[in-house]
Amino acid sequence: MSGLTGTGQMVRLFLRLDRIHLPVWVVAIVGIVAASASAVQGVYNTPELRAGYAATVSNSPAAIVMSGPPQGLDSVGGITVFEINLTAALGAALMAIFLTVRHTRAEEEAGRTELLRAGVLGRHAPLAAALVVVGGASLVVGLLIAGSLAGLGLPAGGSLLFGAAMACLGLVFVAVTAVAAQLTEHSRAALGMAVAVLGVSWALRSLGDVRDSAASWLSPVGWVQSVNAYGDQRWWPLLLPLALAAVLTVAAVLLTRRRDVGAGLVPTRPGAPRASRLLSSVPGLALRQQRSSLLWWAVGLFLGGLAFGSFGNEVTTMLEDNPELADMFGAAGGDDLVAGYFGLILLILALVVACFTVSSVHRLRAEESEARAELVLSTRILRRGWQLGWLAVTAGGTVLVLLATGLGVAVADTLVSGSADRFGELLGATLAYLPAVAVIGGLAAALHGWLPRLGVLSWVVLAGCFVVGWLGDLLTIPESVRDLSPFNLTPRLPLEPMGWPVVAGLTAVAALLLALAVLGLRRRDVDSA
Amino acid sequence: MDAPIVVDQLHKSFGSTHALDGLDLTVEQGEVHGFLGPNGSGKSTTIRVLLGLLRPDSGRTTLLGGDPWRDAATLHRRLAYVPGDVALWPGLTGGEVIDLIGRLRGGLDEARRAELLSDFELDPRKKSRTYSKGNRQKVALVAALASTADLLILDEPTNGLDPLMEEVFQSWIHRARDEGRTVLLSSHILAEVEALCDRISIIRAGRTVQSGTLADLRHLTSTTVTAETDRPADGLSRIAGVSDLEHMDGRVTFKVDTDHLDEAIAHLSGLRIRSLQAHPPTLEELFLNQYGDRLPPQDQTPEHADGAGGGHAAGPVGRAAGATTAAAGGEATGEAAGAGRGSARGADR
Repeated sequence: MSGLTGTGQMVRLFLRLDRIHLPVWVVAIVGIVAASASAVQGVYNTPELRAGYAATVSNSPAAIVMSGPPQGLDSVGGITVFEINLTAALGAALMAIFLTVRHTRAEEEAGRTELLRAGVLGRHAPLAAALVVVGGASLVVGLLIAGSLAGLGLPAGGSLLFGAAMACLGLVFVAVTAVAAQLTEHSRAALGMAVAVLGVSWALRSLGDVRDSAASWLSPVGWVQSVNAYGDQRWWPLLLPLALAAVLTVAAVLLTRRRDVGAGLVPTRPGAPRASRLLSSVPGLALRQQRSSLLWWAVGLFLGGLAFGSFGNEVTTMLEDNPELADMFGAAGGDDLVAGYFGLILLILALVVACFTVSSVHRLRAEESEARAELVLSTRILRRGWQLGWLAVTAGGTVLVLLATGLGVAVADTLVSGSADRFGELLGATLAYLPAVAVIGGLAAALHGWLPRLGVLSWVVLAGCFVVGWLGDLLTIPESVRDLSPFNLTPRLPLEPMGWPVVAGLTAVAALLLALAVLGLRRRDVDSA
Repeated sequence: MDAPIVVDQLHKSFGSTHALDGLDLTVEQGEVHGFLGPNGSGKSTTIRVLLGLLRPDSGRTTLLGGDPWRDAATLHRRLAYVPGDVALWPGLTGGEVIDLIGRLRGGLDEARRAELLSDFELDPRKKSRTYSKGNRQKVALVAALASTADLLILDEPTNGLDPLMEEVFQSWIHRARDEGRTVLLSSHILAEVEALCDRISIIRAGRTVQSGTLADLRHLTSTTVTAETDRPADGLSRIAGVSDLEHMDGRVTFKVDTDHLDEAIAHLSGLRIRSLQAHPPTLEELFLNQYGDRLPPQDQTPEHADGAGGGHAAGPVGRAAGATTAAAGGEATGEAAGAGRGSARGADR
C-alpha cells in the first residue's frame, strides 16, 4: 500500500461533503469580484479621468493599504485590478485556509480520520485529497475570475494573468494551512495560525507598497500583485508562490510522517488536578474557554490598529508635499482627508471586531449541540443564567477587543504624528461602534434563542455589512440599503459629528435582541444535535 | 412523600416523529429503577424531559414533587445526572470538570471524590480531549457520585466501561441505595440491570410495555424446560401454556407458562424423567419477549404489573409485541433525528 492509496476516494468524499460549501465560496468570491469589476467599467473612459483616478489613489496610503500597489492605473484594467484586489485576494486566501482546515485538522480532531485511516488508505491520502480539492477550487476561482474579467471586455491576456495570480495565492495558503494543521492538535489553532500568516503577509505588502520599499517581496500577496496584470504583464513572479507552495507541501508531508494520527507535534502536558476558583460559575467557564482566543483577538487587532493608525499621518505629509492636491480638496482641507481615512479604517476594524463577537456568541450553540450545555443545565444553573453568563463574557470580550483596536490606532497616530491631539478622539470614535457590534451580537444571540440551526445567518448579515460598508460606493448601493447596516448608521467619527440618538437607538435594538434571545431559549427544547 | 419520579402519559414529538407516545414511569423513593429499552425507544428523551431540557407536548411529569420544566433550579440542587455519551470541555482536565460540575451543582463530598478517583482509576490531570470514551464516562460518574444529591439519573452510564470498572460502578450504586438515594438507571446491559435494580420498566416505541420487579415480570412469562424421559415425550402439546416444543435425540425442550408449570412437570414425571433442567426466563428473554424477535407473543394479558400500584405502567404484552415489526424500523432512526442527536453522539444508540 503506497502512501497515497485511496486518495481518489477521499477526493470524492470531500467533494461530496463540500457540495454546498465549495460552490458557496466560489460563487461568492467570483460574484463579488465580477460585480465590483463590472461597476468600474465605462466609468474611466478617457485618459484624463484615469489620470485623475491615479493621482487620487496613488497619494492615498489608505487606498494603497486596502487595495494594493498603484500600478497600471493608466488603463481601465489596472483600475479594475486596484478596485477588486482586496476582495479577490482575501477571498481566495480565506477560502483556501478555511477549506483546508476543514479537511485536515478538523476531520482529525473529530476522530473521523482515524476511522478512515483504519481502512485501506495511505498515510498521506487525506492530506493529498485535501490539497487536490482545495487547490482545485483555487484554480477554479482563478479561472472564473479571469473569465469574468475577459467577459467584461478587458484584455484576455491580462485577465488570465490576474486569475492565475489569485489561483497561485490560493495555492500558497492551501500549503500554509496544511503545515499549520500538522503543528497543532486543534483546528481552531490551525485556522488562527494560517490567518495570522495572511495578516502578516498583507501588512508586509502594505508597508512595502506605501513606502515603496522591498518589504512587498517578503509577502506572497506582494508576489502575486507584482504581476501587474494589465500593465507590464509579468508572469515570472508567479514562480515564487508556486515554489513556496511546493516547499510547504513537502514540509507538511514530512511532518505527517513524524507524528501520530490525532496528535500535534507538541505533546499535551498534564493539567491541573483541581479546578481553580475561576471555574465556579458559568461566566468563569466561558472565560476559561475563550481566554486564549480573546487574547489573540485583542493582540491581533491592537497590532492591526497600530498598522492602520500609523498611515494616518502619511495623509498629512502627503498634503504638505503636494500643495496642488491640497488645493484640490480646497475648503474641505487636509484635516477632513485625515478624518475620512480614519473613519473608513475604523469602520473596517469594527467589522472585524464584530467577527469576534459573532464567533463568541456562536460558542453557545456549539456548547449546546456538542451536549456540554446539557451537563451544565442538569445542575442548578438555569437556561437564562447559562445564556447570559456566556454572553456577559462575549460582551466584556467585545469591549476589550474594541478598546485594544482603538488603542492601537490612537497610539500609532500619536507616535507617528508626535502629538496626542487625536488620541481621545480616535479612541472614542472606535468605541462609538460598540452599539453596532452589539446589534450584530444580539442578532446572533436571538437567532440562537429562536432558530439555533440558522446561526449562520448572522455571518451572512455581517458579510452584508462589510459589502455595504466597503463596497457601497463602488457598487452604488442606495443609501437606504446601506442604512440597514448598523455600522453605516453609526456616525463615522471623526469625519462626522457624534450622533447620540442613532447610537442610543442601536443600543436599544441590541437590548431588545438580547431580551428576545432570553425569551426564545426559555421556550424551546435544548437541542443536542 | 410522593415518589421521586412520576411520569404519566408523556407525549413528545419531534416534527412528525412521536418519540414518546404515552410513556408512564414511576420511580419510588430509595429504589434503583432499571429503565430498559432498545436503541431509539425514547429512554434519553424521557430523561431529557425529566431534566427540563425538553418541553413535553402533553402528560404529567413530577420530579421530586415539582415540575421539571418550571422548577429546574430548585429541583436540580437535589439531583445528579450522567449523560449517555459524555461530552466534556476539551481544554479542561478531568479533575477540573469534576470540580466545575460539583460547584455548579452546589458542592461535592471531598472524601468521596478522592475515593471515587482511586476506585475508578481516573487520572484527573489529563485533558478531557485525551480521554477515551470510557474515561469521559468515568469523569461524569465521579462528578455525579461525589455529589450529595438525593436522586441520580444515569443514562447508560457504563457505556464504554470495562468489566472491572463495571464492578466498581455496581458497588457504588449499591452504596448509593444503602444511603437511601434513588437511582434511575437507563441501560441495555441486562446483567447490570439484573444485578442492581429493584424494579424495572421496559419501554418500546415511546411507550411503557412492562413495569415491575424482576420476579413480577418473570411470573408473567414462561419457564424453559429441557428433559430426557424413558418414554417418548408425547402429549405435551395438549397441555395449555406449552410452546416452542422441540424433540431432539430423545430430549424434549419446551417453554411453559408459569401458571401451567406444575401440570407440565406432572406430565413429564409420568414418562419417567431421566434428566431435567428448568430455568426461569432471563432478563434477556423477558426483554426479547417484549420485542417479539425470537419469542412468540404471549396471548395472556397481564394485570398491571406496576408493583407500587401506581396505575398505568404496564400495557397489554401481546398487543405491544404484535406491533413491534411495524414500528421498530421507523422509530429507531426517528427518535435520533428528532431528538437531534447527530452521528457524533448517540446516547441511545
